[in-house]
Amino acid sequence: MNIRAVTDSVRAAPLGIRARGLLPNLYDIVAFVVIAGVFVALAHAAREMGAPLSGLDLTPVTLDPANLPEYALRTTLRMFAAILASLLFTFVVATLAAKSRKAELVIVPALDILQSVPVLGFLTFTVVFFMGLFPGSQLGVECAAIFAIFTSQAWNMAFSFYQSLRTIPGDLDEVTRQFRFSPWLRFWRLELPFAAPGLIWNTMMSMSGGWFFVVASEAITVGDTSVKLPGIGSWLALAIERQDLRAVGLAVATMAVVILAYDQLLFRPIVAWADKFRFEQTAAQQRPRSWVYDLVRRARLVRRIFAPVVLVAGRLAMIRLSATTWRAPSVPGKLGKIGEIVWLAIVLAGAAYALWFTVAYLRAALGISDVAEAVELGFLTFLRVAVLIAVASVIWVPIGVWIGLRPWAAERVQPLAQFLAAFPANVLFPMAVVAIVAWKLDPNIWLSPLMVLGTQWYILFNVIAGASAFPTDLREASTLYRLRTWQWWRKVVIPGIFPYYVTGALTASGGSWNASIVAEVASWGDTRLKAAGLGAYIAQATEAGDYHRVVLGIAVMSVFVIACNRLLWRPLYRVAERRFRLD
Amino acid sequence: MDAHLSAAAPVSLGSPLVSVHDVRHLYHRGGAADLLVLDDVRLTLRDNEIVALLGRSGCGKSTLLRIIAGLMPPTSGEVAIAGAPVKGPASEVAMVFQSFALFPWLTVLENVEIGLEALGVPAEERRKRAVGAIDLIGLDGYEIAYPKELSGGMRQRVGLARALVVHPKVLLMDEPFSALDVLTAETLRTDLLDLWCEGRMPIESVLIVTHNIEEAVLMCDRILLFSSNPGRILAEIKVALPRPRNRLDPAFRQLVDDIYARMTVQSQGKPVREGLFRGTGISMVLPRVSPNIQAGLMEAVAAEPYNGRADLPPLTANLQMEIDDLFPIAETLQLLRFAELAEGDLRLTEAGRRFVQGGPDERKKLFAQHLVAYVPLAGHIKHVLDERAAHRAPATRFRDELEDQMSEEDADKTLRAVISWARYAEVFAYDESSGVFSLDNPS
Repeated sequence: MNIRAVTDSVRAAPLGIRARGLLPNLYDIVAFVVIAGVFVALAHAAREMGAPLSGLDLTPVTLDPANLPEYALRTTLRMFAAILASLLFTFVVATLAAKSRKAELVIVPALDILQSVPVLGFLTFTVVFFMGLFPGSQLGVECAAIFAIFTSQAWNMAFSFYQSLRTIPGDLDEVTRQFRFSPWLRFWRLELPFAAPGLIWNTMMSMSGGWFFVVASEAITVGDTSVKLPGIGSWLALAIERQDLRAVGLAVATMAVVILAYDQLLFRPIVAWADKFRFEQTAAQQRPRSWVYDLVRRARLVRRIFAPVVLVAGRLAMIRLSATTWRAPSVPGKLGKIGEIVWLAIVLAGAAYALWFTVAYLRAALGISDVAEAVELGFLTFLRVAVLIAVASVIWVPIGVWIGLRPWAAERVQPLAQFLAAFPANVLFPMAVVAIVAWKLDPNIWLSPLMVLGTQWYILFNVIAGASAFPTDLREASTLYRLRTWQWWRKVVIPGIFPYYVTGALTASGGSWNASIVAEVASWGDTRLKAAGLGAYIAQATEAGDYHRVVLGIAVMSVFVIACNRLLWRPLYRVAERRFRLD
Repeated sequence: MDAHLSAAAPVSLGSPLVSVHDVRHLYHRGGAADLLVLDDVRLTLRDNEIVALLGRSGCGKSTLLRIIAGLMPPTSGEVAIAGAPVKGPASEVAMVFQSFALFPWLTVLENVEIGLEALGVPAEERRKRAVGAIDLIGLDGYEIAYPKELSGGMRQRVGLARALVVHPKVLLMDEPFSALDVLTAETLRTDLLDLWCEGRMPIESVLIVTHNIEEAVLMCDRILLFSSNPGRILAEIKVALPRPRNRLDPAFRQLVDDIYARMTVQSQGKPVREGLFRGTGISMVLPRVSPNIQAGLMEAVAAEPYNGRADLPPLTANLQMEIDDLFPIAETLQLLRFAELAEGDLRLTEAGRRFVQGGPDERKKLFAQHLVAYVPLAGHIKHVLDERAAHRAPATRFRDELEDQMSEEDADKTLRAVISWARYAEVFAYDESSGVFSLDNPS
């Protein structure tokens, strides 16, 4: 091996511009402006968010395009506030679950359930709660909106982090123990880097889903209280009220720009940077690239600005919080077992009390016929979700396979599919509603497609990913043996992409249930369309301020979603893992 | 250079560097009886010596190394380093791992610095010492490379630098060369020995876990031979050959042969089937050795120049295998009575010779007979299937039986081994998707 060449190539890349002293270069200027802009925006929006609630009445949301950039900014900031809260939640809760057996017993199933609960339904309670927490201030409503987004994001992130912590390679764990790392240093040097790729991917998925909720949670009506927070969602709600199609179009365009910017400015750089945390010992052929990341890396001044941050982080990492001794023995002693049983008893007692409390609450106002009604509507919505996922699969699986098998096409379509998945479909709802009204279509049928409008893309981009990863030798073998078309699909392609398809379909169906709360009821000006279903049931109960029915609706929907996951998706997933893995 | 040899003599002053007293270790298995991994292990490590823990994989030697490193407490017994009892990872030891255990997201320099960082050494000194260790180990120029850009040998050098930079008294090495190819491993061994002989490493003694007999003879002053199931120290062998040692030196070869013989002597005096693998009867833990490999080894031994009886050292060398790869195959043949292992030789039995001469069908028939007769679990499954009217039985039935006696993992391995052998012999069939054994073979 030519050692000289190796070292040269290693050294050349990051230090290439050292020769030219301290003068700022072009990259510095661009990067500086971007960063400064972010800081100004943050400061501005933070001040606005703390404004008194009456401010909303004085300066209500208007359809003036000049306001649109600010609305977009406010919407984005809500999003970031939620993602920060989700990260914080992830680090605390997932670490707790991974380190404490008792906490794990409660947290893991809780996360699993929370992932399947339709978070839009929560909005009712959280708005009331947070407005009570900050009486008279806009902050309460802001918090409610942020919390709504948070509830759509946090669970899968925490789950991913927890799973990473549980699968830390044994030898690296031994290294940290042998060198007596403090828990703090261990977190920064081992746990966080190891978990980073999974966590970043899940954060990305969470944010994609989050746009939907940020739009849905800005214009809230609960009973008599109706609040419109400045943002794209409120703009859209107003546009619908006023039947202003031009304003709807503007909202769509703005949303597209925002998501594009967020992808280019935030996520691509992070993914490119996080590539080094991928746990593999061989260098990858293709590495994710990002122009923003390259720019920041090349910008000398930016690095100098961040140097103190790095230094402080380094100092922080070296704090020794406690000395390392034996870990608790892996075999729980008698005392440990008793403790666990007591803990389990406490948890079960808590759960029993919660159940009693819920049932008592519901029984005060509702009878068994109400439950039957909700379940019946649940079946209607289930039927919709099932049919739509089937239809979307029939359409997108062949297209996804076609694209995935052609690298040039996959390269172009894949980012588009991911973009579409992130695009909040509720922004597009008014267009559909206008069409239904204009052609006098049956809302029971034609409102349904709205449920998969935003979620079908998960099927598409997962299938594309699966088809792209399909081994070339298997494809060549099937070509050589001249498999007939049907045979080729059944024996080669479908098994090959199956694990990816299941992942996509699972995400899509979960998202569709959630979307039903917004999609089964739609309005355009004074025209109101309604499809019979559980989503509409929850939406109407929310609007009427009928908390009992909201609780019942959410509970029934949660049961449906969990049943789908347990009875259909998980077994399919297991089959995919066992039978159809290609590695 | 020869000065180190005298160090093998007991040092009278002060306490030994490492002392292990009556260490027993039980591996706790859910439901099943505890497995004895280490039994009454006693050893001392003195100043200025390299000692090998030599044994088959799974004999508990790596567990012992981890107990000495303070990474896990023994079930009973005591470990002391420099006179102080070990209560957790001690600062006097550092460890080198078989898998290198480098942080892929840190550069070479950062990886080497990590131990100092944990000690709270200031950044400047950290850098200075790390660069020094990197230079010592021959990696200068690679400081800002990431591990994935390095070859296996260089990665292990990083692992070594990381261990040396914290100035431990004892260097613990867990199969440090077994993940490397032959040439790379040899270069690294030589470099390490050079540094040791020239006294350039800031350490007082080295404990190496290995299954490679030649490696142990090449590097060490003393070899502690480990037996399996449970792990015990069988013998202590002093290596008094002058350094640098030559693998072709007759005295070197003699010592290697001698150790081979000691490692195969184990089954003598016991019935052939007992003691080969952990457990007895149907609960014997079986290795996953495919019938193809078994046939391959039998053919190799039957052919020239061995003619049915092969000396293990040249056989392993000719087959380009490690002794650890060969032993499970040879022992499987012994279990099936196709061959016998004794005094460092592998000898084909009459049945083994017939197997080699037979065509595919005869081979299958012979293999089937021996499988049912000599592998208790296979006989048991066949018997159950014969008894039942439908000639079908779920795998869980046998899995549960096995898991009473062994860990889940071992039970899985054992079942898979039996399934693979039975499929070859067409004794019974197994359907993976339904998990059912049956007598019907698709024809």
